[in-house]
Amino acid sequence: MSKLLPMDEAVAGLVHDGDTVAIEGFTHLISFAAGHEIIRQGRRDLTLCRLTPDVIYDQMIGAGVARKLVFSWLGNPGAGSLHAIRRLVEGPGFEVEEYSHFGMVGRYAAGAAKLPFYPLRSFEGSDLPSVNPNIRTVASPFDGEEVYAVPPLNPDVTIVHAQRADVHGNTQAWGLLGCQKEAAFAARRVIVVAEEIVPESVIRADPNRVLLPGLIVDAVVHCPRGAHPSFAQGHYDRDNRFYLAWEHISRDPQRLSAWLDEWIHGTSDHAGYLAKLGEAHWDDLLPGPALSGEVDYGDHR
Amino acid sequence: MTFTRTETMVVAGARALEGRRVCFVGIGLPNIAVALAQRTVAPGIELIYESGVYGSRPNRLPLSIGDPCLVTGSLAVMPMAELFQYYLQGGLVDVGFLGAAQIDRRGDLNTTVIGDDYHHPKVRLPGSGGACDIAQNAREVIVLMRQSRRSFVDTVDFRTSPGSRVARVITDLGVYTVGERLELTALHPGVTLDEVRAATGWDLDLAPGVTETPPPTAEELRILREELDPERIYLR
Repeated sequence: MSKLLPMDEAVAGLVHDGDTVAIEGFTHLISFAAGHEIIRQGRRDLTLCRLTPDVIYDQMIGAGVARKLVFSWLGNPGAGSLHAIRRLVEGPGFEVEEYSHFGMVGRYAAGAAKLPFYPLRSFEGSDLPSVNPNIRTVASPFDGEEVYAVPPLNPDVTIVHAQRADVHGNTQAWGLLGCQKEAAFAARRVIVVAEEIVPESVIRADPNRVLLPGLIVDAVVHCPRGAHPSFAQGHYDRDNRFYLAWEHISRDPQRLSAWLDEWIHGTSDHAGYLAKLGEAHWDDLLPGPALSGEVDYGDHR
Repeated sequence: MTFTRTETMVVAGARALEGRRVCFVGIGLPNIAVALAQRTVAPGIELIYESGVYGSRPNRLPLSIGDPCLVTGSLAVMPMAELFQYYLQGGLVDVGFLGAAQIDRRGDLNTTVIGDDYHHPKVRLPGSGGACDIAQNAREVIVLMRQSRRSFVDTVDFRTSPGSRVARVITDLGVYTVGERLELTALHPGVTLDEVRAATGWDLDLAPGVTETPPPTAEELRILREELDPERIYLR
């Protein structure tokens, strides 16, 4: 059965007020389109999880959808700061829970594997455990060696963007893979947003490239260029000019609000956002080809 | 030939990578220093980025550590879980190359908050990212950062990453080795000891026989200015 849904229906059905939500993707393949739709639908009180909140969570938190942020690096990568989030964090009332990258990756991994904790060598001599009671030590049952441990993270819903998927949700991605696999397997519900919808035979022809099996996917949304201004390896480059411009937009609450009104509330969906952006915007963002070699899986009968 | 102190810092950072095999590259200034090292003293060095790439050969200077140019032509791309578990925690990283907002005399690094109260910070900084993990799992750590009374402090406001494996600190004023404490070993060309003292928030320790950093060569400057950062994004 096809799981293909328009973005508005996928978000309406699978993302609820008060949910713990992870839109993952490390710089690469960030589903801005899903984040924008969550803003349009006016979700509230979300706990947002991401290693790097990035501009997408600055937009969502600036729009008022969240009450808490779980993260490990809070910046605008290569461009500056995330001012909407900083204004909340530097004031009272907004909750944050902070780890290192390895700590966050470990939380998703424990969540995916249904384990009570994830052990790692980090945090020794750091002040992070003193401000986050979820970072604790555990002794090995074998030789007593003490290591740090973090608890599982099981989002209510994880949203990932990918280069291609079939209608069942079998999903292939290449380039930076972040911790989308761990975050998706850890989640109760999964939305896949894809540049391209392909026949199942395309997936079966290259099973090593599969990021997620349709088994764990609840909805598939076809949304070309849905990761803009982040990038999709081989499809379009990161819109670094937008990331640099965001530094100035989010620094000023009125400009931020005007941006949200114009680009999110003022468009009905991602197609509207892209139409407003214009086709010429992509002139500098489309890469030339760099094809992988083929491998032979063999016709083993 | 004239050159800036930022250029001297980046050049000294690149030279420090001579003879290293595997370098974990942090956010910011380390990005351009490793690119210069790859084109000069360390052509065989393999670069690891926390975004999940090993063996990058970027064709342009990445704006961030998640740039697509790090992927195309690299030796391996993997989930972050694999990179942190097997490459970093597995002990395969010779040197971690980090920046920081604050460092103290022990080499502890702060990238989390400015101010005494974590819950009500004067300035909220990005946080650890992979830095805390790198600081404990790379065989040694080199720090590259600009030096002032605000960044070189007696005790960091928040210890994001411990200084236990920090071996060297390179700033726009000079070079330090780190054992128990930072010791100034070299001044950059044109920098005086008084100037360094004025930019250090504690009573500075000097190594026996402080030397002068050899100035950037014409070739190093040409690569930096023409090939790597013509728009002066990192070199500003």
